[in-house]
Amino acid sequence: MEITCAAQLLELCESEGKSIPQVVAEYEAFRSMTNPAAVRERMGEILQVMREAVQGGIADQGEYAHLVKGYGQKVFQAKAAGQLLGGTLLNDVILYALSVAQYNAGLGRIVACPTAGSCGVVPGAVLPISEELGCSDEDVINALLVMAGVGIVSAAQGPISGAEGGCQAECGVASAMAAGAVAYLAGGSNEQVFDAASLALQSMLGLVCDPLASLVEVPCVTRNASAAVNAITAANMALAGIPAVIPYDEVVVAMKGIGKALPESLRETSIGGLAGTPTGKRIYRELKARHQLEQ
Amino acid sequence: MPQIGVFDVVGPIMVGPSSSHTAGAVRLGLAARKILGEPVKSAEIGLHGSFAATYWGHRTDVAILAGLLGMAMDDPRIPAAEELADKAGLTYGFQTVDLGDVHPNSVQMRVKGERSSAEVIGASTGGGRILITSIDQFPVAIEGTYTVLLAKYQDQPGVVAEVTRILADFGINIAFMNVSRKMRGSTALLVAETDDPIAREVLEQVQSLQKGITARVLPSF
Repeated sequence: MEITCAAQLLELCESEGKSIPQVVAEYEAFRSMTNPAAVRERMGEILQVMREAVQGGIADQGEYAHLVKGYGQKVFQAKAAGQLLGGTLLNDVILYALSVAQYNAGLGRIVACPTAGSCGVVPGAVLPISEELGCSDEDVINALLVMAGVGIVSAAQGPISGAEGGCQAECGVASAMAAGAVAYLAGGSNEQVFDAASLALQSMLGLVCDPLASLVEVPCVTRNASAAVNAITAANMALAGIPAVIPYDEVVVAMKGIGKALPESLRETSIGGLAGTPTGKRIYRELKARHQLEQ
Repeated sequence: MPQIGVFDVVGPIMVGPSSSHTAGAVRLGLAARKILGEPVKSAEIGLHGSFAATYWGHRTDVAILAGLLGMAMDDPRIPAAEELADKAGLTYGFQTVDLGDVHPNSVQMRVKGERSSAEVIGASTGGGRILITSIDQFPVAIEGTYTVLLAKYQDQPGVVAEVTRILADFGINIAFMNVSRKMRGSTALLVAETDDPIAREVLEQVQSLQKGITARVLPSF
């Protein structure tokens, strides 16, 4: 049993008359010599860590992060005070994604999904939607298996690291994974799941990895929030019947090609992009001087 | 094409901020602790390449220390590793080193316990994965995903055969095995990675093979 691309995963679901989460759980059980129930149980643990990371990030005062401090707190308070636009769901997506990504920067315990730098995107999109829809944990575990299915076909055909493909390969792929999960939770068809993933990644193509001072903070943490909102946008378009036009597999291959075309200065080296701006360079100098002073 | 698993793209569960510079660093420290086989009392740690350049941003130093204390990469106590090291009586020092043409995220750990010492070199290869490349100047390739049997003994005919016989007697399948020595008749190192766990009684049989043999089991981590 193999999962190599979206087209093949969809074909497998069709020919066996099974759902995406069923096929993904059976695939993982097969390759790791266990059973689907054990795979689901492990995914339940992942879900628990994601939930704890949201709460941890909201409470985190930024003791350990260098630049990103209290972002979750700020959104939480502004939302409670009614200062934010766009309603509860949109702001929960922003709040959850920011909080998890900030928790990661602050030495909190998170689930890399697909990477640590993009760890806020999937919980940011999936958890608020599952709460809004009143989903059971079993439903959410199914959605996370769908999300993993999108991740597997992405990693099989393209990069999932900023050093190889830029941020499109981290927050972009995370956004596609989240979009697929959200479309599934909302009752979308298997085709709509991958249309959502395709539309999400299409909007993230070309995004470079240019973090300040080699940290996973600016702009990573706020990009997680944008990528989570992008996932909901893509899922809604797919659910409305807007076609992706370009199949997901081809978008991943395009993403890989774009990653190869990106100069090294824009692939996690903290040389170009935002890292190379006058402010980016000044912040790097200041952090380094402060570190040397502490030694 | 390698088979990509669900938990390759969803996971690891880890303490941030970086899977390579934090989570992998914890595992490297933990590997050294397991290779030493007893609590670490002192550690001299040399950071190479990208580890040397960016460790302060990703807390690579704190992460390695946490591993040396026996923590796994998802241990919530990782941020407090420096304080916990002081409490545990672990003295340590960090410096930057040039290990030559090795992986950019490499570290050299010289560790001492009450009874023994070890020099371990390894690299964090991405996504929390690691590769131990040297133990006491013997070249090795250990990822920590299998159970490992390490045996250091006097090079002489028959030791390897005896070790594999003992493993076979207990129905333990060897996935990978490597034997090396500095010169004929000198100290040799055997590294066997197995599909099955290795019980204490198996280890005891290996330890009784030769006077002066040191053997230990590193469960996968």
